[in-house]
Amino acid sequence: MDVHNIVMDDPERGIFRVHRSALTSDEVFELEQRRIFDHSWLYFAHESELRNPGDYRRRTIAGRPMFIVRGKDGEVRAFLNTCTHRGALVCRHDEGTAESFQCFYHGWTFNNRGELAGLPGSDAYAEAFDRRELGLKPVPRLESYRGMYFVSMDPGIPDLVTYLGGLRHYIDLTMDSAEALGGWEVVAGTAKFTIKANWKLIVENSLDAYHLPTVHQTYVDYMDTRLEAVGASRMQMQSRLSGQSNGVSYPRGHGGFLHFAPGRTIANLSPLWSESAQTEVTRIREELIQRYGVERGSEMADRSRHLLIFPNLLFQDSHTGFRFRQIWPVSPSELRVEQYDLVPRDEQPELRSYRLEWSRAFLGPGGLATPDDVEALESCQKGYGARELEWNDLSRGMHRQPLASDEVQIRGFWRQWHYLLGGRPAGSEAGDRPPAPVPVHA
Amino acid sequence: MPDPSLRSQVEDFLYQDAALLDEWRLDDWLALFTADCSYVVPTTDLPEGDPTRHAVFIDDNYERLVGRVTRLKSRHAHREYPYSRTRRLVANVRITRESPEEVDVQASFVIYRVRSGDMAPYVGHYELTLARSEGGFKFRKRRAVLDMETLQEHGAVSIIL
Ligand SMILES: [Fe+2]
Repeated sequence: MDVHNIVMDDPERGIFRVHRSALTSDEVFELEQRRIFDHSWLYFAHESELRNPGDYRRRTIAGRPMFIVRGKDGEVRAFLNTCTHRGALVCRHDEGTAESFQCFYHGWTFNNRGELAGLPGSDAYAEAFDRRELGLKPVPRLESYRGMYFVSMDPGIPDLVTYLGGLRHYIDLTMDSAEALGGWEVVAGTAKFTIKANWKLIVENSLDAYHLPTVHQTYVDYMDTRLEAVGASRMQMQSRLSGQSNGVSYPRGHGGFLHFAPGRTIANLSPLWSESAQTEVTRIREELIQRYGVERGSEMADRSRHLLIFPNLLFQDSHTGFRFRQIWPVSPSELRVEQYDLVPRDEQPELRSYRLEWSRAFLGPGGLATPDDVEALESCQKGYGARELEWNDLSRGMHRQPLASDEVQIRGFWRQWHYLLGGRPAGSEAGDRPPAPVPVHA
Repeated sequence: MPDPSLRSQVEDFLYQDAALLDEWRLDDWLALFTADCSYVVPTTDLPEGDPTRHAVFIDDNYERLVGRVTRLKSRHAHREYPYSRTRRLVANVRITRESPEEVDVQASFVIYRVRSGDMAPYVGHYELTLARSEGGFKFRKRRAVLDMETLQEHGAVSIIL
């Protein structure tokens, strides 16, 4: 299949299809590595993981071993994790605090600013050997936005703020919402799991509100049982918050779905919580409204945001907690997930435990929902073995202002994907634009 | 030196637990827990993970454990419908503390899960507190700590560990 025709995008007829070779082919996989992952901003770490000088995190980003570290001088730098001598990894733990990184092969030592600080037997080198040229190689670009550090392999990529564009509106809502609670911090305990499916399937799945009642019926039943036990119901909870749920798509492939959901520790109530927790949540909500006004404050408190920062970071702030879910392609039919939960630094312990409880209950490998997503994606990937059926359909809501359960946000992802692969001419649909601000009721 | 017959009794209890789970007799299995029980599985990167402070894979009290079992018995727990085949090997059982009310136990496990053309083992150890009850034991604390660095072959913890 020619990459030019791999996406069928016909807004006039309201038809959007993706050829399944996009999810199975080795050539497409290689092309994605070079044209997407080598030219995007990729999330690396959160500032709370790099609070003090010497704090570092080691991660594999776009297939490269890397680490990010706050230097003695307070500056954060990202390096390729390979000794400039003969190549061994110089950072050999996933996290920690270090003044220097010594390569265990021949003992070359780099300080936490990346400079080659020492090597055994330096008298063996000629005058032209300049150790200033042999510091650790920095990742070409590193920038941060609201505490999130991103890197890019592309020295010429536009700055991060421009890249994120209009999506920043929603990122800001979540980031601002925890300001009075000490800001967000990553909580220890990372979910790392592998799914035997193409990486784009979990991007789609994470942006897909259409599958909730089918794939996640057991989770919904569990919620209902818990609510009934305290004399409440989902309908009752839902009716307390009124407002539109919708899908949004922004230039450069970012997008997501937004919906009004009760039971957010920032900040609307759940009948499952204790009286003291309700009092605290009410206080947080009032403070948000005081600080940010009724409209913005209640949007922060009431609306869940399931966002994609293109190409591979899910930013999910919902009644099941706040997390970054990063997706890495392993092969055309395998993906890896790294999932980090964030919590407000000064959140009351009781609210913290409700937050973590519902995060685990829904969106984790041991939860009541994610295992069924894993099953669905692996099932799709198996289905693609039947090569005579060639196309996936993603046309939901193409003829109307899209709802959350429509697929505009998924089409936005695919359009940018297709564009970067060299296949997509300019073109859009009505919903492929930020919608007018949604009225919010306090 | 703890009484060797106590260890045999504990082993019998753990073998019964393994058999009920391998046979998917989940209601009978639930009866092995006290009302104040906890069932915890920390993430693979943080074996010491504490549910009050850290993100973990599973932190069930009795109510949530009932929810987990109810879900697994439904036809809509897609990852486990149809059920996977499992085979649990429990070994290296050690009594680490003993009182008239409780016994603390450490044991190693390998749990093979077989389904849809794949076989993947969960390898780890149990940290258990067993409450003595009439004629046997019940789980008061069940903590399953995994040795794998990630859920690379499993995708999820969809069965009970
Ligand atoms: Fe899902």
